[in-house]
Amino acid sequence: MNTAEIVFASDLANLSAALDFVRAQCRFAGASDDETFACELATDEACTNIIEHAYQGRKDGEIRLTCLWADEVFIIRLHDRGQPFDPTAVAVPPRAARLEDVEIGGLGLHFMRSLMDEIRFEFDPAGGNTLTMVKRLSHGAAAPREPR
Amino acid sequence: MADLNMSVTELKRCVLVKLSGRIDSSKAGEVERVFQDLESQGRFRIVLDMSEVEYISSAFLRVLITHMKKAKRFNRGNIYLAAMPPRIRDVFELSGLLPVFKVYDTVVEAVGDW
Repeated sequence: MNTAEIVFASDLANLSAALDFVRAQCRFAGASDDETFACELATDEACTNIIEHAYQGRKDGEIRLTCLWADEVFIIRLHDRGQPFDPTAVAVPPRAARLEDVEIGGLGLHFMRSLMDEIRFEFDPAGGNTLTMVKRLSHGAAAPREPR
Repeated sequence: MADLNMSVTELKRCVLVKLSGRIDSSKAGEVERVFQDLESQGRFRIVLDMSEVEYISSAFLRVLITHMKKAKRFNRGNIYLAAMPPRIRDVFELSGLLPVFKVYDTVVEAVGDW
């Protein structure tokens, strides 16, 4: 299993760089464009939840983003030490046909669940929160290369 | 991968807002400021040219829904979406929100509908 990791502060200003990192690792793993897009979007939504909910807007919390991959699987792991926030336990609002009925919340979680094959949340009172998201790669990866 | 760029063109019957590049959750606020500026000028008939948008997240959809509701109030306008690349359309479809938007294949069609 190949591994690459970055650690950054819980500031939205760091999000674009974190997504660049995920995109680069997806490329190393040989993920398709669609799979890469899915991993990026799931990471975007998960990081935004951590910043807004776990750290409640604090900009100095620590977020550890780890990408792990083998031939047919790409795993994104996000660790924080904020308030426990379990995205897998939040209900997704029903789809609305009329603009007036559209509920704004819950979409990010819906994306994470829909785009990834598996998402798992673990809370450890001493160690913090860990969100693991798994994407199966449809064609298997090319020969592993060194992460940048 | 391009950063977010925005341009605003005043047309006779509407305002054309062209978005290019990546609109991740940290950039949705920049789009929101454009909508707020237009609202403060009383401009509510908007066409979004999305032909060069490479990436969006739910934060952008939230901004869009919020300002579309404002634009449609008192029947004073709307935000039409034009020329969505397939991958961006996929995100709208995944959100289940596509039916609430007016979507056009081309900018010309969207502008012509005002």
